[in-house]
Amino acid sequence: MSSVPLHAGAPSPASTGPLAALKALRGRMPAWLPWFVGRLLSGIGVVLVISFIVFGATQALPSDPARIILGPEAPEHTVDTLRRQLGLDRPLALQYVDWAQQVLSGNLGRSIDSNVPVGELMAGRFANSLTLTLAVAAVAFPLALVLGIFMALRRDSLADRAVLSSVVLFKAVPGFVIGICLVMIFSTSVFSILPAASLLDPSLPAWRQPQYLVLPTATLALSVATYLLRLVRASMIEAMDSEYVTAARLRGVPERRIIWRHAVPNALIPAIQGVAMTFRVLFGGAVLAEVIFSYPGIGNTLNAAIEMRDLPLIQGIVLVITVGVVVINLAADLITVLLTPRLRTATRIRARSPGLRNAASLWRTGKSWRVSV
Amino acid sequence: MSVIAVDGHAFRRVESGAVHDAAQNEVFGEVAAQSRPRPEPAAPLLKVQGLRVQLAGGADVVSDVSFEVAAGRIIGLVGESGSGKTTVASALLGHVRHGARIVEGRIEVAGTDLLSLDEDALRTVRGRVVAHVAQDPATTLNPLLRIGTHMHEVLEVHAPALDRAAREARILDVFADVGLPAEAAFLKRFPHQLSGGQQQRVLLAQAFVLKPRLIVLDEPTTALDVSTQARVLATIRRLCSQHGVAAVYVSHDLAVVRELVDDVIVLYAGRIAEAAPLATLFDAPAHPYSQGLLAAIPDVAERRALQPIPGQAPAPGTRPAGCAFAPRCPLADARCGSEQPALSHLHGGQQAACLKLEAGPAFRIEAAASARRPAAEADGPPLLEVAQIDAWYGSRQVLHNVALRLGAGECVAVVGESGSGKTTLARALAGLGEHAAGSVLYRGQSLSLHARERTADVRHQIQYIFQNPYRALNPRHRVGETLTAAVRHFFGVDRAEARRRAEAVMARVSLQPGLLDAYPRELSGGERQRVAIARALVCEPQLLICDEITSALDVSVQATILALLRELQAGGLSILFVTHDLGVVRALADRVVVLREGRVVEHGAVDDVLDHPFNRYTKQLVEHSPSLIDAAHRPPREDRVIRYSI
Repeated sequence: MSSVPLHAGAPSPASTGPLAALKALRGRMPAWLPWFVGRLLSGIGVVLVISFIVFGATQALPSDPARIILGPEAPEHTVDTLRRQLGLDRPLALQYVDWAQQVLSGNLGRSIDSNVPVGELMAGRFANSLTLTLAVAAVAFPLALVLGIFMALRRDSLADRAVLSSVVLFKAVPGFVIGICLVMIFSTSVFSILPAASLLDPSLPAWRQPQYLVLPTATLALSVATYLLRLVRASMIEAMDSEYVTAARLRGVPERRIIWRHAVPNALIPAIQGVAMTFRVLFGGAVLAEVIFSYPGIGNTLNAAIEMRDLPLIQGIVLVITVGVVVINLAADLITVLLTPRLRTATRIRARSPGLRNAASLWRTGKSWRVSV
Repeated sequence: MSVIAVDGHAFRRVESGAVHDAAQNEVFGEVAAQSRPRPEPAAPLLKVQGLRVQLAGGADVVSDVSFEVAAGRIIGLVGESGSGKTTVASALLGHVRHGARIVEGRIEVAGTDLLSLDEDALRTVRGRVVAHVAQDPATTLNPLLRIGTHMHEVLEVHAPALDRAAREARILDVFADVGLPAEAAFLKRFPHQLSGGQQQRVLLAQAFVLKPRLIVLDEPTTALDVSTQARVLATIRRLCSQHGVAAVYVSHDLAVVRELVDDVIVLYAGRIAEAAPLATLFDAPAHPYSQGLLAAIPDVAERRALQPIPGQAPAPGTRPAGCAFAPRCPLADARCGSEQPALSHLHGGQQAACLKLEAGPAFRIEAAASARRPAAEADGPPLLEVAQIDAWYGSRQVLHNVALRLGAGECVAVVGESGSGKTTLARALAGLGEHAAGSVLYRGQSLSLHARERTADVRHQIQYIFQNPYRALNPRHRVGETLTAAVRHFFGVDRAEARRRAEAVMARVSLQPGLLDAYPRELSGGERQRVAIARALVCEPQLLICDEITSALDVSVQATILALLRELQAGGLSILFVTHDLGVVRALADRVVVLREGRVVEHGAVDDVLDHPFNRYTKQLVEHSPSLIDAAHRPPREDRVIRYSI
């Protein structure tokens, strides 16, 4: 590339021009930024692809929304008219472009079932789900963290084995069984101190009605915490067994300092992915728990929308969940990279999702793949 | 620019400015243990008496270990894996690994019995009075903490009175001492941003910053290249003599120990087999195991007929009654199998635990005939002719125009330090190269660098053996399945015939046919590597590509594998042997190719290259390879002056 000075005496563009500025910027730019931009773009790609799939899949549903709205008794020409009004007779590609434009301008259409704008309908339900998710996180994460570290430090002791066995029990029992048991204990058969169904007052935000949150939160926290607990325990054991911990002991570093300065920070990095996975599961709608407690969250709503073939609502919900999952993944990977010096300073980050493999393996087998047996 | 001139007896460091950057400027000291002036032994600083360590199940890891070290002296603790050397080393700091327990004994450092101290008192001793340097610096440094944080922590814990500035001054002082850049910017680095040699120096700095009385070094150079190892050893020696520190140096490698220590203790199965001053041990080893070890070590300076010690070291819990070495000892009789020999004092401070001391040497070092001269060029086309190979790792080129020839029945060694591209080359020739390009002829035909594009006929003729036998075998397949799967893949024979061939190949690698039904986890490291070799042999190869296949094995086991390879070669097999160990090259290869940073810097017949290296880098490699041969018997010294540019 060459650039011609506009007038005599102009400083050479190479030393002071935008090129140099760019170079200087590159020097100050954190090494992970190109990786992050790449991840961001691929995240956008994922959202785009999911939007195709969502749109295509809902179109492929065997039944006809117009027919469902009007009922089986309606004459064929009325159904045709409604189909035309809804735009269901146009080519798919056109319908997609239309829909995508509408979505981008914030208009997710109207629910076919209730004729309320989808955005409005979702906002309240997502707020409820988010409240539940945060409540679960607030209970499960500290519990898993403290108990996991505690168990790792007292590994193979009676307490560790007892907690570990009960954890396996909770993981083996399906979530809805836990929910039903809790209902039986706290609302129906034994005590009746908590409402069995979360009949939220729609005029108040969910967090103002904590009595309805307790049982769904407890149900979800119990099933989520077991996974996180084992992840924290496994990675903490790995950290305490590592050579840098032994070396610190042999340098006479006090045990408390070894635990908090050396082991815990290393053990928490794999836990970030575990936390992200939990958030994904919860945010995607904890359907079973919501159905059991009739909690008006997004899982319940999606379930109802699918039953009603309510296309715009299904599309809206799935799309928002997709964006949410992509954002959670991105945040988890970014935090992992920022907390891992080797990744943070690398000019090329190879692992697309560091630690994800570990979390997934633990999810499946209960064993961290990094722990050699 | 400055020059460090090195001669055989001392080293001087000439510096201009404080240019401490890469590993290049690490101080290099000529390795000449025997010429060092030694302080006379004073009152012992470290006294170990009757140390016994047990596993939770009651099996002894270490028993009856007693020795003394005076201030300023370095003692070498040598043994193969499972000998208990690392257990002894960490016990010197009152530490044992998870599941083990010190049940008996006394460890006295500067008059204090460490084992009688409580946890808090012990902690103040660790690091301040007794320091420890671990084996693998890459895993010993916390990956999340900066170098400065590592250094400050030691001082914060043991010298809380110092303020930050005083600590930093101490740290920079000790950095200069161990040959690291004494700069504040260096403290901001993370461990992964340092070379292996620098990381090891950080560990040394952590150990020396508190000026301890005793330092325990647990194989501190095993993870390093030979050149880096030579420099780090020189630094250790200088620091110990400068500060009058007593040191215990743990190693599996007698050749390394020889460069550094004053006295040697040979451990076998958790007991002291022999203890002797350095020169005595090497000149007149008394215990059959010491003799066996010395005869099993390949040496860079001369080609030897390596003598494997039959069998393998027993693991804790499976140690036999009587002398633990008896099952492997050619001198053993019935008495050895029942009576535990005690250490008996010989002349000159030598002690050995053996009932057959008078029966004469069990193993004798034997020089072998010189390496075979490569066959004349007129012998027809070579089996493998690499005209040129280039390879890339990402955007970085790791092999530059590498060329080599391998005749039928020949063994060519590819030598280089880590990062030289030797494994990349081996993988490319095996057809595993992902980003390699070049022109290679096999039997005069063009050979693709992708196994996929090779015909089945060529694929079974070229076999690859991996470095780590613990990971190269499918843990869920029995040995028999591993072998028959390869046979059936290539030759399409029926089950019975495949089994028959598997049994035949097991005999060729000297394994019991009964092991066909064993899983890899039931085998020892040496046996696993034999299975890996058997898997290659069962494919009826013409060319074996061996990637550092002995580096994960003990020396006595390595000797058996090398003997097997030589036997196979005598049977007409061609071998391409990748290694970093010049001793192995001397023992095995006919010709050698030296790689440096992806380029061939020297090649030729083994004896020519190792006796009269032409290239500066090759000279340096030969120089830095530890040897058991006396310096006097080594090649002429005038070419041993090396110049380093900084």
